Amino acid sequence: MDAPFQPLLKKDFDFAAAQHLLARAGFGGTPAQVRGLVERGLDGSLEIIVDFRGEAELAAEANLRSDLLRADTPEEREAVRLARAAGDEETIARLQALRQQRERDDRAQIAEMQKWWLRRMIETPRPLEEKLTLFWHSHFATGYRTIENSWHMAMQNALLRRECAGSFERLARGIISDPAMLKYLDNDENRRRSPNENLARELLELFTLGEGNGYGENDIKEGARALTGRTFRGNEYYFDKNQFDTGTKQIFGRTGVFSGDDFVSMILARPQCSQFLALKLYRYFVNDAPKLSRDGTETVLRLATEIRENNYQLRPALRALFRSRHFYAPENRLAVVKSPAQLMVQTIRSLGTPPREMKSLVDAGDLMGQQLFQPPSVKGWDGGRAWINTATLFVRQNIVVYLVTGRRPQGFDWSESEMSYDSSHLVEHLRDATGALDPREAVRSLASFALGGTVAPERTAQLDSFLESLGGTVTDDRVKAILCLLGAMPEYQLC
Amino acid sequence: MHHAAYTRRLFLQRGCALASLAATVPYFVERSALGMLGDPALSSNPGVPEDRVLVVVQLGGGNDGLNTVIPYGDPEYFRARPQIAVRAPGATGTAPIALELDPSVGLGLHPSLVGFKDLYDAGMLSVVQGVGYPNPNRSHFMSMDVWQTGRADAKGNGWIGRYFDNVCNGTPIPEGAIAVGRNAPLAMQGDIQKPISFENPALFRWLGEDLHGALKDPYDAINRAGALAGTGEDTQKAFLMRTALDAQVASARILAAVAKQPLVRYPDHALARQLRTVGAMIRDGMPTRVYYASMGGFDTHGGQVGSHTNLLRQLSESIKAFQDDLKAQGNESRVVTMVFSEFGRRVKQNGSNGTDHGTAAPVFVIGPRVKPGIIGRHPSLTDLDQGDLKFGVDFRSVYASLLGDWMGAPAEVILRGNFANAGVIARP
Repeated sequence: MDAPFQPLLKKDFDFAAAQHLLARAGFGGTPAQVRGLVERGLDGSLEIIVDFRGEAELAAEANLRSDLLRADTPEEREAVRLARAAGDEETIARLQALRQQRERDDRAQIAEMQKWWLRRMIETPRPLEEKLTLFWHSHFATGYRTIENSWHMAMQNALLRRECAGSFERLARGIISDPAMLKYLDNDENRRRSPNENLARELLELFTLGEGNGYGENDIKEGARALTGRTFRGNEYYFDKNQFDTGTKQIFGRTGVFSGDDFVSMILARPQCSQFLALKLYRYFVNDAPKLSRDGTETVLRLATEIRENNYQLRPALRALFRSRHFYAPENRLAVVKSPAQLMVQTIRSLGTPPREMKSLVDAGDLMGQQLFQPPSVKGWDGGRAWINTATLFVRQNIVVYLVTGRRPQGFDWSESEMSYDSSHLVEHLRDATGALDPREAVRSLASFALGGTVAPERTAQLDSFLESLGGTVTDDRVKAILCLLGAMPEYQLC
Repeated sequence: MHHAAYTRRLFLQRGCALASLAATVPYFVERSALGMLGDPALSSNPGVPEDRVLVVVQLGGGNDGLNTVIPYGDPEYFRARPQIAVRAPGATGTAPIALELDPSVGLGLHPSLVGFKDLYDAGMLSVVQGVGYPNPNRSHFMSMDVWQTGRADAKGNGWIGRYFDNVCNGTPIPEGAIAVGRNAPLAMQGDIQKPISFENPALFRWLGEDLHGALKDPYDAINRAGALAGTGEDTQKAFLMRTALDAQVASARILAAVAKQPLVRYPDHALARQLRTVGAMIRDGMPTRVYYASMGGFDTHGGQVGSHTNLLRQLSESIKAFQDDLKAQGNESRVVTMVFSEFGRRVKQNGSNGTDHGTAAPVFVIGPRVKPGIIGRHPSLTDLDQGDLKFGVDFRSVYASLLGDWMGAPAEVILRGNFANAGVIARP
């Protein structure tokens, strides 16, 4: 009997396995970085990848303002009132203009944050931290356009990053005290006499148990009452005890004067919660094909057990997953569709292209269906095959052209970027004593590295004949052209 | 028109006749295959014109039906919604005033829906009241999936996808289903048919070929291969290769279609931009049978008066411009448009001058060939199910009418059940 959750044998942690680990638990790396992991071995690699707290933190923090969308001060309100009373249209207009300016500044700030986060993914020495933060952003999805407060989005992002590999319990408790989420799901309107069910419903359906998985409509209604009074003032969580429903509630068949925290405790005690989480993590990190294999199903159950037995501490479960044979099994190689962020960041981190303009990458992410801080709904991004359609596929191919050549993907206004890309590190080790490069060997090496595995003979034949049509020698420009073609291959969308 | 008009007959044959060729046959091969067809009359459905188009417009978030089609004749409406009700025509006060639809029962349209009112007066608007389904699900995602699959359990593929699977007999129809927008809707996913979707037609091609002439041939070879030897049929790779081929084939066709200026001015709303693109493709004689467009933002939990007014204005202006475009093209009678949302909203307003997730709501069907007027009774505002309206018309009855009477397809088979025909299409 195969044991998919058993650790991978040491000897099986080869270049391809290390490349696979770095792509999944991060955003890929250069050939030199992959070789470095092979030398460390699997456990040594997991030490720096999963226990990333030993790695340096990024110094460059976003320089954000927390006061753009504060409520008007009493003085400001008084000024407006006086101006109204006096019919002073000019002052009213001036005060309104000031407010509108702050709103414009806030929209500019969220645009800066989108670039900041993408840059962080590109530069971080702790790739798993950003990859998990992105996972939780899609899990506890909150959209800026609804809450219109960039600082609240930044606070939520910090919460998700702080606990990304830590405790799911702290994440769940944090999210029901998080101003961005409380606003996004209308819990600031969830009051004793007029309960609003939005947060209670999504807490069960999307954040913890899964749709219809061990709860009923009544649990939503009663859970909403338990969550009454949880709101925020300014930038802080605030418990409004006057709005808290002090009556008894019936949740999951138990009766009591439950609070929001009790509600979370009762949810976490249900076995469906760790299973729901395990499946979601599995789809994100291991395989997102529509059907689970038998080994996949067993792995999800084992992962759920790990999560539960570690009291919702995530790091031990993730370490076990990334050590498991199943994670490295052939069925799980190149089995995940790259998210738009993964596609861009992995292209930069593995091929070593310049990052180019963050604004262009943010725009391209949007066209590919992934706008950071603006998931399409509270359900987050579906991921997997949902990333791919005929339209996003062209953008995906075009963004690789942009990263490799510096030619802008928008419309037809080609413009050469200042940053030149030196691709020599991808083929340097193939040169013979005289410094010559065998074109066929170069094609095979580039293809298997960029596509992350074995390459179909048709593909190398197509690239061989392209090189031959240009005379056969390998120049820097031709390496770039080959990378553009590799980036246009359907297989390039997988990692 | 630059291209020969694609008739329904040709459309049906194209799919079916190609069944013997490879499933991934590129477009240019397939065009020559058209020449091999036999008697074109054989596979046509008698009595159904050849070139009908269905446009589906999805309102995401749960449109507040009670503030869209206003039951101002019922005092309960004003009791349930003291702060957000739309007033009856002729009433006093500062709230917006409904446009009159049927004074005998006291029914009107939200004042933003001026374009809808014009269409109604011109006999081109069918308002189906109280559309929903049994045991309604109040989750956006589940309920949207129920509508898109046409199934109570929200499982499986989409109702439009099944229509294609049913009529094309084993082979997908190239460009048969097009969604203008970022995501391809579940409704259009069939086992065989897959939709094409794009947002901006100008980016609907590979820009790498502009770098150097030598890149075009290898690029085409890579992306038109369709499948690689040894790739299992249901693998991620096979899925990506099929999509890559679809993209190549569709790119040239669509870029040609949208290059022309429209005949009328469209407003600058997101939905209007989508419908403008749909209008261009219809005008160009694309073989597409079903188009899908969508707008979001209808999840009005708080302070909804202003935002809902604005959303409905965008909807109305966009649809009106689209109908004007079709009329100017001479394609008006070829097209029927259905507007739906995943659910309506609760009868009582909530504590924040908004409304929470509800159940039944009106569906609009638009075009000169619809049965104009009001279909079904307005649901009772007092006989409620947990504070929500009870539905009167199952949404699959609307689908049955569109599939059977407009598309000439076997609705019972596609919907896997016998749903009473809602009669939204005029019978000759």
